[in-house]
Amino acid sequence: MTQPLTYLKETASQTAGPYVHIGLSPHQAGFDIFQNNFDNNLAGASTPGIPIIIEGRVFDGSGHPVRDALLEIWQANADGRYNHPGDRQKTGAMDPHFRGWGRACTDFDKGLYRFYTIKPGSVMGREGRPMAPHVSFWLVSRGINMGLNTRMYFGDEPDANAADPILSGIELQKRRDTLIARPAQKDGMTIYTFDIVLQGEGETVFFDV
Amino acid sequence: MDDLASHARPVASRSGANPYPELFRRDYTAQPPAFASIYKTSVLRSPRNALLSIDHTLSETTGPVFGQNELGLLDNDLILNYAKTGEPIGPRIIVHGHVLDESGRGLPNTLVEFWQANAGGRYRHKNDTYLAPIDPNFGGCGRTLTDENGYYFFRTIRPGPYPWRNYVNSWRPAHIHFSLFGNAFAQRLITQMYFEGDPLVKVCPIVNTIPDKDAIDRLIAPLDLHASVPDDTMAYRFDMVLRGRRSTLFENRLEGN
Repeated sequence: MTQPLTYLKETASQTAGPYVHIGLSPHQAGFDIFQNNFDNNLAGASTPGIPIIIEGRVFDGSGHPVRDALLEIWQANADGRYNHPGDRQKTGAMDPHFRGWGRACTDFDKGLYRFYTIKPGSVMGREGRPMAPHVSFWLVSRGINMGLNTRMYFGDEPDANAADPILSGIELQKRRDTLIARPAQKDGMTIYTFDIVLQGEGETVFFDV
Repeated sequence: MDDLASHARPVASRSGANPYPELFRRDYTAQPPAFASIYKTSVLRSPRNALLSIDHTLSETTGPVFGQNELGLLDNDLILNYAKTGEPIGPRIIVHGHVLDESGRGLPNTLVEFWQANAGGRYRHKNDTYLAPIDPNFGGCGRTLTDENGYYFFRTIRPGPYPWRNYVNSWRPAHIHFSLFGNAFAQRLITQMYFEGDPLVKVCPIVNTIPDKDAIDRLIAPLDLHASVPDDTMAYRFDMVLRGRRSTLFENRLEGN
């Protein structure tokens, strides 16, 4: 006999289902209920940093766009600081007006999602190795039993990406590339396209975080 | 299932140590696999490659913080937050409990969001075409922040079961969806709460994607008459657990220096 180890177990996940919008994005479900809605706009006009758009689609194993997905992103500010008391980096400044989190749904028509944000700075990783600028993604939908975690990196940061400890831990270059968003210029703004493939050819790398 | 809050206890922490260290590794034996053939929609929406395990960095151990000033006064009262001409139809219930971590600590000030069908099993959603009627006085969603002990509560009407296209004659047990944040992005979780005594729970393919009987039982809320309001509203108790954090006695410095 030993003393009992009295840890609790994490609650089991269940799918967000087809009507996830009701709870998390009621406008998309077709009604208005809250005074304040959480949305896909992370940055205000005065947020320091380079304004960017991140957009893309989510594809299932048959290559069709998933039109009922909900995505959330979590990112550092332009100085590479997270708005959270656990970020105790000594460089850069935390911005109390930039939460660094947003939520978007793929639309029912084309299956496109979009975030308006700023480009994050580099955050220090483990063992003093800086991480390339990146945005953490969490994705749920009908048919996804447990939220999927991945990261988006920036296609215009080849040197930082090459040195990134997470990206370089992915053995196949082809799989690494699934995490790198393509930049394009439109109306003086950089739009990064980040498509997510749930299954099959070009399947996105998802993390056990 | 025992009372999870009774496990609450302080965890040793060293002065100056990061109060938000790395999280416990996720125990997948009590979680549904991505691919579950009994839940047909998962077949084409499940990755085939293994998840890549990564050591935690600040990107995983931090997460969004929300404030009370972002929520409305009725956001946790689904009986009143969409009432137009009267109150919604259905059994009045309170749902309450704690959001804890695996060490039994209550998670304070964390956002809890919930949504559900009305008493007839119909969702207020443009894609729901079930023949049961929309309730003009019921929106079906709400949200709240836990208090300093991780406690939350809200008031609603009991949702009804409804049919769905998986097998012919598949019915979802009555359920309420929950979305939880904790205080790290790696704790993010969505789940569903079921009701004690509902015979549809044990035949539901979505429930049965979970391979562990005890983990299923932990999703079933018992009737809690102690928290009921006599002559007014019944109560159900539902505690939820998010991933714990490692001890900080001898910590890895995530910032690397």
